[in-house]
Amino acid sequence: MKLTVNGREVDVPETVTTVRALLDHFKLNTELAIVEVNQSILDKASRDDEKLSEGDRVEIVQFVGGG
Amino acid sequence: MLTIGPYSFHSRLLLGTGKFPDFDTQKQAVEKSETEILTFAVRRMNIFEPNQPNFLEKIDVKKYTLLPNTAGAKTAEEAVRIAKLAKASGLCDMIKVEVIGCDKTLLPDPIETLKASEMLLEEGFIVLPYTSDDVLLAKRLEDLGCHAIMPGASPIGTGLGIVNPLNIHYIIEQSNVPVIVDAGIGVPSDAAKAMELGADGVLLNTAVSGANDPVKMAEAMKYGVLAGRAAFEAGRIPKKLHANASSPLEGMSVL
Repeated sequence: MKLTVNGREVDVPETVTTVRALLDHFKLNTELAIVEVNQSILDKASRDDEKLSEGDRVEIVQFVGGG
Repeated sequence: MLTIGPYSFHSRLLLGTGKFPDFDTQKQAVEKSETEILTFAVRRMNIFEPNQPNFLEKIDVKKYTLLPNTAGAKTAEEAVRIAKLAKASGLCDMIKVEVIGCDKTLLPDPIETLKASEMLLEEGFIVLPYTSDDVLLAKRLEDLGCHAIMPGASPIGTGLGIVNPLNIHYIIEQSNVPVIVDAGIGVPSDAAKAMELGADGVLLNTAVSGANDPVKMAEAMKYGVLAGRAAFEAGRIPKKLHANASSPLEGMSVL
């Protein structure tokens, strides 16, 4: 399945059907990750089961050092 | 106590988390500063390098109140999006509104800052706008309902200290919400000066992270803020144009 993640087009295995599966696929820290799908920001408590579809635009952000 | 919206703090020093040489130094600096509020930026994760360490993993997050900023935003809409992303972390509901209008000076765009603050207040955020030292803009931000006003001492990262203390004084004098002098602080005397003027707090980053010894500077800034606040509470003497002897003029034996 093709997705755009953080502005980059990526091809993920068919098993990656949820937000949690996507985070795990890229081995991202699920505690730190904040996820937006198609410009809709996901609530952390319920986002893991959120379904992903072909062509979805996903943003995965985190807190970094800043003033 | 420094009270911002529903939150109260013992420390009046807010510390940024950018550009420290390494996480160990940063952690020690944070501890020495005795700050209770840490600022952060929101940025994309590098999906192809998942194991990069993050400072949040190095500290006990429960000990601090996180103040994410909207740095990177150039419009109110962008700032609101970043603020919502930050809130979705589930870690905080305070936001430092930072909408930069000029790449050279990094001065905030007053119109977009005002718009973003209004939109974020409607969304229920605890809103702390980073603003210039414009007195009337500070008033307008307070009238909107902002929970604190954060005028810059001088442009971000310059270390020039308070370039317009009169404006900072006017802002403090008129304000009914906390005034936190943010950006441009270079040395503890700058922080002390802000506090002597009656600021409720000081937010700084580069002055500590860019010092030769960030840990020692963090401690020095703590003392600068404490000294300035104590002086403000003590009440300074009026400035006079001519001398006024502090030793008695009577009873001198040598004359």
